[in-house]
Amino acid sequence: MLAAVATTIGPFETSGRQVLAAFGRYFGLVPQTAEPATIDTVLFSIRVPRVIAALLVGAALSAAGSVYQGLFRNPLVSPDILGVSAGAGLGAALGIFLSLPIIAIQGLAFVFGLGTVALVYVVASMVRGHEPTLVLVLTGVVLGALAGACLSLLKILADPYDQLPAITFWLLGSLASVRAEDIWSAAPVVLLSLVPVVALRWRMNLMSLGDEEAASLGADPKWLRLVFVTAATLMTAAVVAIAGIVGWVGLVIPHVARLMVGPNFSRLLPVAMIIGAGYMLVIDLLARNLTTAETPLGVLTAVVGAPVFIWLLASGRRGWS
Amino acid sequence: MKLAAGDLAFGYRDFPVGAGVSLTLEPGEILCLLGPNGCGKTTLFKTLLGLIERHGGTIEIDGHDLRTLPREQLARSLAYVPQAHAPVFPYTVFDMVLMGRTAHRGLFASPTSQDRSLTAAALARLGIEGLAQREYTRLSGGQRQLTLIARALAQDAPLIVLDEPTASLDFGNQLVVLDQVRRLARDGKGIVMSTHDPDHAMSCGTSVLAMKDGRTIASGDVRETLTAAVLSEIYDVEVEVVEMPGGRRVCIAPAKAEAVEG
Repeated sequence: MLAAVATTIGPFETSGRQVLAAFGRYFGLVPQTAEPATIDTVLFSIRVPRVIAALLVGAALSAAGSVYQGLFRNPLVSPDILGVSAGAGLGAALGIFLSLPIIAIQGLAFVFGLGTVALVYVVASMVRGHEPTLVLVLTGVVLGALAGACLSLLKILADPYDQLPAITFWLLGSLASVRAEDIWSAAPVVLLSLVPVVALRWRMNLMSLGDEEAASLGADPKWLRLVFVTAATLMTAAVVAIAGIVGWVGLVIPHVARLMVGPNFSRLLPVAMIIGAGYMLVIDLLARNLTTAETPLGVLTAVVGAPVFIWLLASGRRGWS
Repeated sequence: MKLAAGDLAFGYRDFPVGAGVSLTLEPGEILCLLGPNGCGKTTLFKTLLGLIERHGGTIEIDGHDLRTLPREQLARSLAYVPQAHAPVFPYTVFDMVLMGRTAHRGLFASPTSQDRSLTAAALARLGIEGLAQREYTRLSGGQRQLTLIARALAQDAPLIVLDEPTASLDFGNQLVVLDQVRRLARDGKGIVMSTHDPDHAMSCGTSVLAMKDGRTIASGDVRETLTAAVLSEIYDVEVEVVEMPGGRRVCIAPAKAEAVEG
């Protein structure tokens, strides 16, 4: 519903009837006119990819956030806890700094995001004798900070008139330049990494009780943690690569969903994904229509997310204790 | 189903906690583990549950080495009731107990309607069916402990390990929990539990293992083993064991000499 409405709104004036007609032409229900109308171009090369991308980004970040919060038994964890965003940011900034084409920038962001988390995982598994999740989080914070430092260095070295704004804009997230190809590259990764998360949804509940209890109930925490972290990181890296760093969604949305349907992951996951997709769509709608210039997504999610989060904390119902 | 540990050495990585502990557990038995704080009771339990690697000795379930048993099979033989604790997320009591069914279903499976009815039965067994939809995190300590016992029941393992089930409970709840433990044993469960109260071992234990500094001080039948001398040794205080009318025995601190004089 929301998605249908969203396609009709944008800087290029369109009416619902026109959009409907355009869709009719696209699916061959209505005969093509001699020349393609401008509206077709606007719709299918800009607006529709963007709407789909918004849904994808929102759903993926919310799913990853739900996984991470359960895994780390902490409701204040966001998908970038293990440094995926910090790594991706560094990769993208490097790409922009080297004036690489967009596809290479996205590739670097994806690879650096995954690489950072992999490094965190390897380093953490070498540290022994402590609670494994705690070590993982601390290693993530340390390596994330390291990536942040490298990123700052790149920002200083970057051309302040051309590259620096591009880096800053990327770090705040935007769907302005999303093309249909981006969706074809990100969506399969997201869908593929959702498969184990959905399949193991019941096991996720056990993981949120802690390793020892999960093990005594018949689960294998070590193996499950690796699967969940891999899946959540893959989907986060995939959407961060096309949309930049969009904060808050992965933190707030699982929270909202938990308040609505409780912590049982089997119900939490789908609800969080639906709310996340809808939320992202609305945010992106604001981003492209609020002002004549594009507003970065990260700014809007924070402006909307922060008050909502505070309200949640202050209001009676608790999603955690 | 029989759990047997022989000459067990246990502890954390590079940090031995205890050694030379042997025990056996069979259905219908209640083995009580007594010992001062830090004597290694919880570490021993974690070792028996396969949560930490043993340093030496043997642990067998029906003759199979614990290390060769897959997690799920182990969970179907041996259930664990941790000390009542609060998880981060407010699962309902029903969902908490339902999680006990995990080991009976496949890796990718969600609980079936059969699991749900077994969960309801476990709740009813402990008389807490009224709590089913309450949030576990908002329960009292006694209710949480009963919920965790219900989960072990839903797990349907013949042997159950309870780590200080009466710790931090008020007097009434201690009796309620002990009563449930006795009922479980009557129904054929083999139970090993740790406790800080010798009276609990005397009132419901069939056998006892007294530990200090990771070593066995005494073990065997409760009546023969729990003497004033043994209790004094493990707790480092003067203790008297008094027989009550009707044959029950209780453990008390001796009246202080000056109190008598004064």
